Amino acid sequence: MSSKFQRSNRAGWVMAGPAAVLIAGFVILPFFFAIALSFTNQRLISPNPTEFVGLANYRQLLGMAVLTVDPVTDDAGQVVMKDGAPEYPSLRSLTRNNPDYPHLQGMREWSSFDWGQSRVYILARDVVFLTAIVNTFIFVIIVAPVQAGLALGLALLINQRMRGINIFRAFYFMPVVVSIVVVSLLWRFIYDGDSGLLNNLLGAISFGAIPPVDWLGNPSTALGAIIAMSIWQAVGFHMVIWLSGLQTISPTLYEAGAIEGASKWQTFRYITWPGLRNTAVLVLIVITMQAFALFAQIDVMTNGGPLDSTQTIVFQAIERGYGKQDISGGSAISVILFVIVLSISLIQRWLTRERT
Amino acid sequence: MTQMKWLAGAALAAAAWSGAAQAQTTLTMWYHGAGNEVEAKIVDQIIADFNASQTDWKVEMQSFPQAAYNDSVVAGALAGNLPDILDVDGPVMPNWAWSGYMQPLQIDEAAIANFLPGPKGYWNGQLYSIGLWDAAVALVTRQSYLDELGLRTPTLDQPWTKDEFMAALEAAKASGKFEYAFDPGMAWTGEWYPYAFSPFLQSFGGDIVDRTTYKTAEGVLNGDAAIAFGEWWQGLFANGYAQAAQDPADRDSGFAAGKYAFSWNGNWAAMNTLSQFPDTVFLPAPDFGNGPKIGAASWQFGVSASSQHPEGASAFIQFALQDKYLAAFSNGIGLIPPTATAAAMTDNYKEGGPMAVFYDLTKAQALVRPVTPGYVVQAKVFEKALADIANGADVAATLDAAVDEINADIEKNGGYGH
Repeated sequence: MSSKFQRSNRAGWVMAGPAAVLIAGFVILPFFFAIALSFTNQRLISPNPTEFVGLANYRQLLGMAVLTVDPVTDDAGQVVMKDGAPEYPSLRSLTRNNPDYPHLQGMREWSSFDWGQSRVYILARDVVFLTAIVNTFIFVIIVAPVQAGLALGLALLINQRMRGINIFRAFYFMPVVVSIVVVSLLWRFIYDGDSGLLNNLLGAISFGAIPPVDWLGNPSTALGAIIAMSIWQAVGFHMVIWLSGLQTISPTLYEAGAIEGASKWQTFRYITWPGLRNTAVLVLIVITMQAFALFAQIDVMTNGGPLDSTQTIVFQAIERGYGKQDISGGSAISVILFVIVLSISLIQRWLTRERT
Repeated sequence: MTQMKWLAGAALAAAAWSGAAQAQTTLTMWYHGAGNEVEAKIVDQIIADFNASQTDWKVEMQSFPQAAYNDSVVAGALAGNLPDILDVDGPVMPNWAWSGYMQPLQIDEAAIANFLPGPKGYWNGQLYSIGLWDAAVALVTRQSYLDELGLRTPTLDQPWTKDEFMAALEAAKASGKFEYAFDPGMAWTGEWYPYAFSPFLQSFGGDIVDRTTYKTAEGVLNGDAAIAFGEWWQGLFANGYAQAAQDPADRDSGFAAGKYAFSWNGNWAAMNTLSQFPDTVFLPAPDFGNGPKIGAASWQFGVSASSQHPEGASAFIQFALQDKYLAAFSNGIGLIPPTATAAAMTDNYKEGGPMAVFYDLTKAQALVRPVTPGYVVQAKVFEKALADIANGADVAATLDAAVDEINADIEKNGGYGH
């Protein structure tokens, strides 16, 4: 006769079965598919057979090189000056069909700086993808702390007994329930360069002193605009998680603190914050993972432009895999993203581990 | 008892109905024009006429919104789930034919002998698709603007040169009457960019891909002609003749609101403009050195490779090629009829009609986009390059990047069968 534990275990497996099958079919299997496809030249649709290409997709995405160029000198060995600065040979003449630099063929400038007399170029095989990585990191580094902080602030505000507090909760939570596509479309109108709400608002409060800005059409403001909108959209979700954490803290601790005469800050610092420890770990990891998956806002609002200022890793994966029918390239990007998110999650877990 | 009778009658009716349905084999059809009532009415009429005209086939249509149509077909093909008849955007057809989800049409060549070249979709020497209309782009302005600015009216024989065109933009800008002198249509992202703007590049002497081999873009998309095109294109925005980031609403109604002096727009928008400004004129594309060029080919009909009844599908397509339907599309949504006889039956394209100029433009200037399966990717690369250049990216570096991406894609696909 089997023990009670084993019997209920079998029932548990039966109940978990449907979900387990779906997750295996739609998450785990595609995951291994992506890894396998990233080593091939698989197309979305093609009459050609699939071939194994090794690491070619990764080399194409991540290939980088450093090139030091000396200024142009005339016959006498003097540096040729142009507009008050030494002239350098054009990068294009070195990286295109130049037999002296076969390893640089097809590379492009990612950034450059002057080092003494010569100029150092950092070249990349896929500048757009590197830009996407940098943009995604900027997005995560800003969104994770700001969104978590704002959400905690909101949670503290609505975690009190007051008439009508549920109305506030509903308002803060509303953007989470609305589809991100709809939210993005609405914010496109808000950010409109001529007659958008934001420009009208800024014009009205400054009596016309602030000229209208094309928030999404300007490379220097586009990513910031998307960051602000994304923080606003999902802050309510994390507010609810913080709130659930706040409500697990025993009221007796607060009462004890009040009797001891703790100030508001001391109450937060020594009762609330330690009580939210596990919630904080969860919120940070969830925000980080969601932020790395930034896609819908980009797809609806900017398509990665202007001038690649809003390219992101997931947008590139889908643009290549589906838009340009290059499934292998898109898969390689997904694998790179997986490695990035996995390492960051491990680091976060290590940093927030229970110290005994 | 009456109830029994009623039941028996219903059963009999059902049997008769299913018998009638069995006599005709059903052909399924996908169409990209969901949401456009006039278009749907004409297509429905053709289907109804065809179903009534013979007893073998019965066509059933399913409409998709245009923005989701291509993705639906690709997804349908992946799932092995395509209809018998599908419509396809002209430049995309080679990709679908090469990928193996379209088959050549079984249509009598004599039936399309009088067609304009644009609507005829050939790949590998075989006719895969045929259009019931063509589309053309013209430089839209008003006669009164031309008179005020003191500009010569360009003709098909004598289009504006690059210098004349730039002088016209300068005059419009200097007049101070317009927000921008020129509206190229930057808000219409997607296929509009290669369709509307690659003819400028071709007029400069460049192209998206080398059409002699279709194996490389080196030298044509980043050669001297292409770089001259890129510099000119960047200058349009840098010098304030046009705006790089355009509000979609301005694209739709900006010209009618007087914001732009010249608008680069298609014949499908011409009817609205004409009703707004009766003195609207449609000018031929400027000649940038290698002859004036505009894009050709619009949506066309074809037969899927998985169709069990290609002869029925082809019969339907051939049935739709009658002049009266070609004229109906033209009258309904302002498209260019592909034959001269159909054009004569229309209000707008008959001799002396207000839009007859588009028919002549298509005949004189139209050039199809590169006929290669790689076009689908090349179009996206070209679009991004033009958007980046308009936003101020380095011209030569951007075009080099586009060339490398196109060449890498061609190589990855084993030359796309060329």
